[in-house]
This record gives sequence, C-alpha cells and structure tokens, in this order.
Amino acid sequence: MKYSIIVLAKQVPDTTAVTARAMKKDGTLNRTALPAVFNPEDLNALEMALQIKERFGASICTITMGPPSAAEILRQALYRGVDRVVLVTDRRFAASDTLATSAVLSRAIQQIGTFDLVLCGRQAIDGNTAQVGPQVAEKLDINQLTYVEKIEQLHSEKISVWRDVERGKELAAAKLPVLLTVTDRANLPRPPSAKKIMHYKKARAKSELTDGGTGAHRAAKGLLVEEWDADSLGIDPAVCGLSGSPTRVKKIESVIRKGKTFKKIAPTDEGINELLQELIQEYSFD
Amino acid sequence: MIKDTGKSKQTGEVWVFIQRYEKELEEASLEVLGKARQLAEKLQVAVAGIIVGEHSEGLAQHIIEYGAHRVYVLNSVYLRGYTSSAYTKALCSLIEDKKPSIMLMAATPQGRDLAPRIASKLRVGLTADCTDLRIGSYTDPKTGKKHNNILLQIRPAWGGNVIATIVNPQTRPQMATIREGMMKLPARNRAARGEVVHIQSDIERADIITTILQQQHVARTVNLKQAPIIVAGGAGLGTKENFQLVRELARLFGAEVGATRAAVDAGFSGHEHQIGQTGITVRPKLYIACGISGAVQHLAGMEESGRIVAINTDPEAPIFSIAHYGIVGDVREVIPKLIRNYRILSH
Ligand SMILES: Cc1cc2nc3c(=O)[nH]c(=O)nc-3n(C[C@H](O)[C@H](O)[C@H](O)COP(=O)(O)OP(=O)(O)OC[C@H]3O[C@@H](n4cnc5c(N)ncnc54)[C@H](O)[C@@H]3O)c2cc1C
Ligand SMILES: Cc1cc2nc3c(=O)[nH]c(=O)nc-3n(C[C@H](O)[C@H](O)[C@H](O)COP(=O)(O)OP(=O)(O)OC[C@H]3O[C@@H](n4cnc5c(N)ncnc54)[C@H](O)[C@@H]3O)c2cc1C
Repeated sequence: MKYSIIVLAKQVPDTTAVTARAMKKDGTLNRTALPAVFNPEDLNALEMALQIKERFGASICTITMGPPSAAEILRQALYRGVDRVVLVTDRRFAASDTLATSAVLSRAIQQIGTFDLVLCGRQAIDGNTAQVGPQVAEKLDINQLTYVEKIEQLHSEKISVWRDVERGKELAAAKLPVLLTVTDRANLPRPPSAKKIMHYKKARAKSELTDGGTGAHRAAKGLLVEEWDADSLGIDPAVCGLSGSPTRVKKIESVIRKGKTFKKIAPTDEGINELLQELIQEYSFD
Repeated sequence: MIKDTGKSKQTGEVWVFIQRYEKELEEASLEVLGKARQLAEKLQVAVAGIIVGEHSEGLAQHIIEYGAHRVYVLNSVYLRGYTSSAYTKALCSLIEDKKPSIMLMAATPQGRDLAPRIASKLRVGLTADCTDLRIGSYTDPKTGKKHNNILLQIRPAWGGNVIATIVNPQTRPQMATIREGMMKLPARNRAARGEVVHIQSDIERADIITTILQQQHVARTVNLKQAPIIVAGGAGLGTKENFQLVRELARLFGAEVGATRAAVDAGFSGHEHQIGQTGITVRPKLYIACGISGAVQHLAGMEESGRIVAINTDPEAPIFSIAHYGIVGDVREVIPKLIRNYRILSH
C-alpha cells in the first residue's frame, strides 16, 4: 500500500432534484420530497482516490458524520471499492455548524492515524458553505489545496494539482500530508460495481440494526460498519453539536420561485412584437 | 477564542480583507467595502481595509478612496503570493491584536479558501457566501438573552431554495464571506483621506507550505458582470451551430452571451461564459434565457436579474417560475422572430 487516503463524504438531500413536483403550491420547496444522496462532489473526491489507488496503490477510508441512516453512503463507497468505512454518529453532534463539524471530523481523522491525503468535495449541496474542508485542514495543521480539478503529479512526499481559481487555472504544489477539495470538473465518478453490491449490501452500522443485536455475525463476515461516537473519539461534547457551534440560524425562509409579474407571450410574430415593445417601454434596452 | 468581553482594548472596527492580484485590487473586495461602510456607520465605528504584501502604498490610498477610514498593510517577503497557511497566520495575529468586531471577505475562491481557515484557528463563527448583511438583534431562544447591534448575515442555502439569516452572537470577530456581484461598487472619492498603518508580519519561510508553480489565466474577454443585458443559451439549443443564434441576438441587443453548464459541457460556449453557482453571478437589467431548464445551480447565478425572459418548449420548465415573460416555443423559431421584429421596431 503506497498511499493512505481519507475521503470525507456527506449524505445530503438532493437539492438538484427540485423539479416542479418538489415544489409546493406556494412556490416553496417541499424538502421532504427530496431523496438523500451521496453529495455529488464527494463522489468526485472518491473517484480521485480510487484512481490514485489504481495507479499507485492506496488504502482508502471513507468517513461520514451524520445520523445512522447516513451509513447508506458508506455502503455506496464500499460498492465502488474503498477499503474501510467509518460512521461518526452521536446525538450530541446534531445541529453542528461547520466549525463543530470540522472539530469532529478532524478528531476522527486523527483517530485513523497516519494519512497522506484527505479528500473532500468542494462543497455540499445543502449547506453550500465549502468551509468544512479548510476548517478540517487547519485543525489538523496541514496544508490545503482547494478547487482541485486535476492531479498533475503525485510523489511520495509531494503533490501538484491544477486548481480552478479566480483568474483561470493554477498549478500548485504542496508537501504531503495535504487536504484537497475536489470540484465536479475533476472526473466522472464511476458507478457501483455489481459484484461489490452483492458482497456489501448487507453491511450495517450497529445503530442501524433494529434488532438491538451486537452485529457479531456481521462483524465475523466483515459486514459491520465501524461506528464512533463522542466517547470513542474522546472529544469534548462542548466543542460538538450546538454547544460547539458559534453560528446560530436566526431565521430561515423558503424561497418563493415565482416571477412577480409573470406574463405568457405567444411564440408568434404578434406576441414577440408585443414583448419587444413592452421591454422597450421598460427601458430594458437603454 | 476571542470573546466579546466588552473591554475597551478592542478597536471594534469593521474589517474587509482586500484581495489583490499583483498591483490590482480585486473588484469583489471593493464591493464588500461599500457594504462595510454602511454597517460601520450604523455601529459608529471605523472601517478598515486589510491588504497584504509589498508595494501596497498606492493601493492603500485606493482602498481609502473606496470607503476605508484606515488601511492595515501587512508586510513580509513571505506574503508576496497568496498561500493559505501563511495568510491565515498573519491575519490571525492581526485580528488578535486589534480585535475588530466584524471581518468580511469576498466569497472568491481565495476568500473561501482563507476565511474558513482563519475562523477554524480563532474558533469563531463564519457565514458563507452572503448576499446581504444588516445590523440587528438576536434573542437566544434558550437563554432569552438579547444581543443588540450584531451582524445579520443573509445567505441562500440548499442550492438557493432557502434564505437563512445567520448570526454569530458570542464570538468575535463576526466573520462572513460575501458573494461576488451582490453589493454595489461604491463610488470612488479621490479626495478621501485616511490612515495607513504598516505592520511587519512575523511570518517565516517555514509558514509557507505551498508553492505556486504556474498560473494560466483565462483573459477576461467577457464582461458578464457589468453587462446590462445578457442573452444566455442552454442545452436546448441542441447544436453548436444553433448556439450561434444566441450570439446573433446578443450582438443585436448589445448584450453579452451567457451559457449554462450543460451548454459549456456540450462545447457550445466557453467556460468563461458560464452563469450559475460554479460560474459567474450576474444581475443585468434584462436576462433572456434560451433553451434553459432553470436548474437551481443556474438560477443561483441570475435570479436577481431585473427582467427575465424565458424561451423553452417545455411549459413545465422551472425557469418559467422565476421568469417575468415566458414564451413556450422552439428557440430555433423564436430567436429568429425576435431578431426580425427587433430590427423592424428599431428602424
Ligand atoms: C440553511 C443553512 C445555512 C447554513 N449556513 C451555515 C454557515 O453560514 N456557516 C456555518 O458554519 N454553518 C452553516 N450551516 C451548517 C452547515 O450546513 C453544517 O455544519 C454542515 O454540517 C456542513 O456544512 P456544509 O453542508 O456547508 O458542508 P461543506 O463545507 O460545503 O462541505 C465540504 C466538504 O466537507 C465534507 N463534509 C462536510 N460535512 C461532512 C460530514 N458531515 N461528514 C463527512 N464529510 C463532510 C465533504 O467532503 C464536503 O464535500 C448552515 C445550515 C443550514 C441548514
Ligand atoms: C455542483 C453543481 C454545480 C453546478 N453549477 C452550475 C452552474 O454554475 N451553472 C449552470 O448553468 N449549471 C450548473 N450545474 C448544472 C445544473 O444542475 C444543470 O444541469 C444545468 O444548468 C442544465 O443546463 P440547461 O438548462 O442548459 O440544460 P437542460 O437542463 O438539459 O435543459 C435544456 C432545456 O431546453 C429545453 N429545450 C429543448 N429543446 C428546445 C428547443 N428546441 N427550444 C427551446 N427549448 C428547448 C428543454 O425543455 C429543457 O428545459 C451544476 C450542477 C451541480 C451538481
């Protein structure tokens, strides 16, 4: 095994699947109508890790923090070829902002031990902050390369990557270990392997088991997903969840997606002429 | 953690990190400066711009002309080019020394690389990609404690489907990154005078752990952000040849050409034309969306447009829900009609 890679992945509501059907009559989003998915850019991060594994050899560990049901994306990671998965879950982690999330995730990474690369998605499609990656890097006191599109070179001590930044592309290099945030332009994530689905579809985390069992029979078959909570991470509950979150949501409103003055225009010469005249009267062309 | 203890040692200033690109100031940072000035007037404190690197003297005056009362110039040969770790260290020392009440940055790739690192090191709250900022109050629902004169940070989340107002009641500075193009560029006042404070940073070579090997810049041939009219095309154009219709209409209207990511990925248009969450955010007077479905990631970059005209064959396309004028029809027929009728009207 040449490289040790950690991929951070989040389960998110699929905010890209907002079709007319996921809208309520008043034009706001029906959040419960959205399915839970693997955050899209985390799949790009995972794909990058798998490609490194194929080229150079690597062991990949995927970590997610979330409710027990988030173990679904860990199965999705196993179906694609990762070597180890860890579910970080605890009621005391609920309502974490990005600072508290990064405190827990960086602690989990330290618990894994040594690593060469931490790969994150650039941004999660629900919170949309793109803050967790850099905040984890700071807590681990390692370097970061954000907005990564492509790995140019990877050596045992150093990596160079193409970043997509303000004024174009930038080739940047850093010493390992390093944290990368990966954009959706990096690659086309592979689909799960049918063989691995057969193998791992019964993998479960302990807190997913409804029978209250210990999962011993699953563990024997390598199908018990590792699970860590605040105690096993040895993290102070005061830095997690709401108490570890300096931000507060004062108010949250659904966006009403309705033009204030919607007007339907016929696709005919008359209709278009009328539209143009209105736009001219509104000084749209001045 | 820097807590707001109410001690008088803090400057309590409103700070804006001014991003520079060699000897140029990033316009997005100046936009933030305009907003910072309004907030500071409410709070009756000073606005300071922070600029890093050598040869900043001329730039400092420039920042004052855009609204700063004071400029802190952080000097060190090790801060010549941007690196996350060195800039984080240098800015954190400055913040800990001067204790501003608010620290803002443009939500450019650099701002979004730097701000979270600073917030993580100082253990303060950070709100991402805000579209508006105000001063107001917040009452903690648990303790009932009321916090007055704090920063209300307004930001879209969930791919633009919700708007949240976020506050950082306890930690200082209150940090936020601001989406580009959301604040108006303040008018430049060449007569403005202010204080320039030079600070020698204690950054060492060892603090620089990244090197920039090469930069390839896509020249800014497109000026979407300033364009009063944008004609944008999506996958609905079908072919590269058909996309030419979008360009023709744009030329006729004196407009810039925009594109969806699907259109860029299909090779209809260059990446520098992409509008949306991972492209450019625009706010023209008139936006004409041709063959665009209206995915949230696209809407995030254009829904603030003054007037939106949508042309789409699918009457259920989500773009119609934010449009002011909707034409259910085929772009290949509707665009030529627009061209023809506009020519007649403008003669
Ligand atoms: C409406 C709304 C607005 C919010 N605004 C803010 C805000 O401005 N500031 C703030 O601090 N918090 C905010 N939050 C809270 C924030 O969404 C959560 O802390 C969330 O857990 C992480 O942020 P994100 O979704 O933006 O992730 P991002 O920072 O966008 O995620 C980047 C990458 O980090 C990794 N990652 C993120 N979360 C996890 C996880 N749980 N497990 C494994 N890997 C992960 C993934 O690789 C991901 O691609 C907001 C929440 C809501 C609902
Ligand atoms: C993380 C992330 C970031 C993204 N960032 C962006 C971004 O910055 N910008 C962006 O644009 N997208 C972005 N996307 C992609 C986005 O989700 C959509 O896929 C994209 O905007 C769709 O582009 P489109 O409307 O051109 O194509 P489609 O969704 O394929 O829509 C084509 C439309 O054309 C209509 N049509 C077809 N034929 C005709 C005809 N002859 N005449 C008229 N209408 C016709 C169809 O009815 C349809 O509505 C992002 C996605 C993700 C996951």
